[in-house]
Amino acid sequence: MQFVGNVWKFGNDVDTDAIIPARYLNTSDPEDLAKHCMEDADPEFAKKAQDGDVIVAGKNFGCGSSREHAPIAIKAAKVSCIIAPSFARIFYRNAINIGLPIFECDEAARDIGEGDRVEIDASSGRIKNLTSGKTYQAVPFPEFMQELIDQGGLMKYVEKKVKQNG
Amino acid sequence: MGMTITEKILARHAGLEKTQPGELISARVDVVLGNDITAPVAIKEFEKLGVEKVFDPERVVLVPDHFVPNKDIQSAEQAKMLREFARKQGIVNYFEVGRMGIEHCLLPEQGLVLPGDVIIGADSHTCTYGAVGAFATGVGSTDMAAAMATGETWFKVPETIKFVFNGQLQPWVGGKDLILHAIGDIGVDGARYMAMEFTGEAIDNLSMEGRMTMANMAIEAGGKNGIIPPDDKTVDYVKRRAKRDYELYQSDPDAAYARVIEYDISALEPVVAFPHLPENTRPISKVGDVKIDQVIIGSCTNGRLEDLRQAAKLLKGKKVHRDIRVIVIPGTQEIYRQAMAEGLIDTFIQANAAVSTPTCGPCLGGYMGILAKGERALATTNRNFVGRMGHPESEVYLSGPAVAAASAVCGYIAAPEEVL
Repeated sequence: MQFVGNVWKFGNDVDTDAIIPARYLNTSDPEDLAKHCMEDADPEFAKKAQDGDVIVAGKNFGCGSSREHAPIAIKAAKVSCIIAPSFARIFYRNAINIGLPIFECDEAARDIGEGDRVEIDASSGRIKNLTSGKTYQAVPFPEFMQELIDQGGLMKYVEKKVKQNG
Repeated sequence: MGMTITEKILARHAGLEKTQPGELISARVDVVLGNDITAPVAIKEFEKLGVEKVFDPERVVLVPDHFVPNKDIQSAEQAKMLREFARKQGIVNYFEVGRMGIEHCLLPEQGLVLPGDVIIGADSHTCTYGAVGAFATGVGSTDMAAAMATGETWFKVPETIKFVFNGQLQPWVGGKDLILHAIGDIGVDGARYMAMEFTGEAIDNLSMEGRMTMANMAIEAGGKNGIIPPDDKTVDYVKRRAKRDYELYQSDPDAAYARVIEYDISALEPVVAFPHLPENTRPISKVGDVKIDQVIIGSCTNGRLEDLRQAAKLLKGKKVHRDIRVIVIPGTQEIYRQAMAEGLIDTFIQANAAVSTPTCGPCLGGYMGILAKGERALATTNRNFVGRMGHPESEVYLSGPAVAAASAVCGYIAAPEEVL
C-alpha cells in the first residue's frame, strides 16, 4: 500500500491528551473524535488537515493515556500515517491494533518539514520526500506485527483464532 | 543466566520454562480491566466478534470511575453500556457508584490483583499492580476486547531497568517523590517499552501505598510495567484480601538488566514536577514563588489512606488559603469510611476543603475541578500535560500529598515545614 500526502509537523512527546483531550471522551464516535483531533497541540488541525495527510512528529509520540480514542481520532481525521523517531508503547500497540500505519524513522522525522509532500510505501517502510527528493527507510515491523497488519488488525486475527478453536 | 521477576511471570503465563527480552509470547491473563471510557470501545469490538461469553466472568473487572457519578447524558450512556454488559455477561467484579472506587485503588484493596499475576487493563495506570509483585500493564480497548474473548494476549518480553533506592527517606518524602525523582532523571521516555524494577532500602521501608504510587507512575517514564519484588509487607497486605492462590517471584541474582540505576535518596527533598511534563522536576527548595488557584488531593496515584492521613496532619486546625480551592478525593468507599472514622474528613471540611466521592474526574480534566484559562493547580495526580486538567492555557504542577496540603494553606507551592 502506498500513501501520498502533505506533512503536518509536531514536536517531541506529543501526548494523548493533546491528540484527543479527555473533555471529549464522553463519546467514542470516531467522527466526533476526529473533529477534535490534535486540538490541544494545534486547535486548527482538524479543520486544516486534508484526506491522506501525514503527521511527522518528534520522539515518544502518543505518550500518556491508553485511550484508543487517540489513534481512532487520527484515523477518522483521514490522516494516512504517522512518522516519528519513536512511539509510546501503548499508542504503538493501539495503532497497529486498529490499523493506523505508523513508521519509526529518526532521520525522516528530523528532515521532513511542515508542508512537504511525502510518499510512503507501507509494506517496505520506504519513505520518499517528494519535495526534497530524499529517501528514508523506516524500521521494519517484526514479523508477527506484519501478520497482524496483513490480516486487518487484532480483531480480525482473534476472530480467525476463535473460529479455529471452534 | 537467570531471569528477572518480569521475565519469570511472563514465562510462566506463556507456559515456557524460560523467556528473554525481545521474545514475542502469547500469555494467559489473570485479570482484564476496563473503565467507563475505555470499556465501551472494547465492548463494541467484543460484540463484533460473535463470541457469546467472556473467557471468565470472575476475571473481567469493570469499574466506572472516570465520568461517574455521570457528568452528562453522553457519559451516562457510556456508563449504561458498561452496566448492561456486566449484567448480560454475569461479570462478578462490576462496581457500581456507591460501591466503587478509583480502579487502581480499588482492585488491590479488593484483593483482585495478586503477586505473580499477569494483568492487563485498558487504562495506562494499570501498571500500579506491579506494587504487589504482579506483571501489570496498560493496553487499549481492542486489546481488552481480544483478551475478554480469549483470556490471553501477546507481549514482547521487555528488557528491565533496575532502580536501587539506597538510604533513608527524610520526613514528608514518600513514594511520589522517589518516582518523580526517577522520572526527572531518565525522562518521560527513559524506560520506553521497558520494565522498571524498584528495589533497595528505601523501597523496603516504603508502605504498600507508597509502592503503589511508584508503580503507578512507571508509565510516565514510558515503562511497560513497574514492579516491586514481593516481601513480607506484600504478603501481609494480600493475604487478608486474596480469594485465590498467588505466587511470589523474585529476580535471580544473575538476572540480566538493560541498566542498573542507583540513587542515594538520604538527602532527597519533596519533589515537584512543573508543567507540562512529569520529567520537569525540581526539589521543593528550588521551586520559587508559584502561586496557585487549586489543589487536588486524590487520584490513583495519591488517593489512598496514607496520603489522606499525611495531608490531614498538615491541614489539622488550619484553613485553606482564601484564594485557593481544595478538592480531596478518597480513592475508594473503604478509604472514605476509614478516613471518616479517623476524623480526617472532618479535618478537611473544617479546613474548607471540598471532599468528593471517588472519581478520576479532575485528574484528566473530565469534571470536578476543571481549570479556567491561565489558572494553576497543584495536584497529587500523575500527569501535567497541556490541557490535562482543563483549559489548554492552564497549568498543572505535581507533588505528593504533603506538599499539596502545605500549599493549600500557603496559597503558593510550599514545603511542609512552612506550615508546621
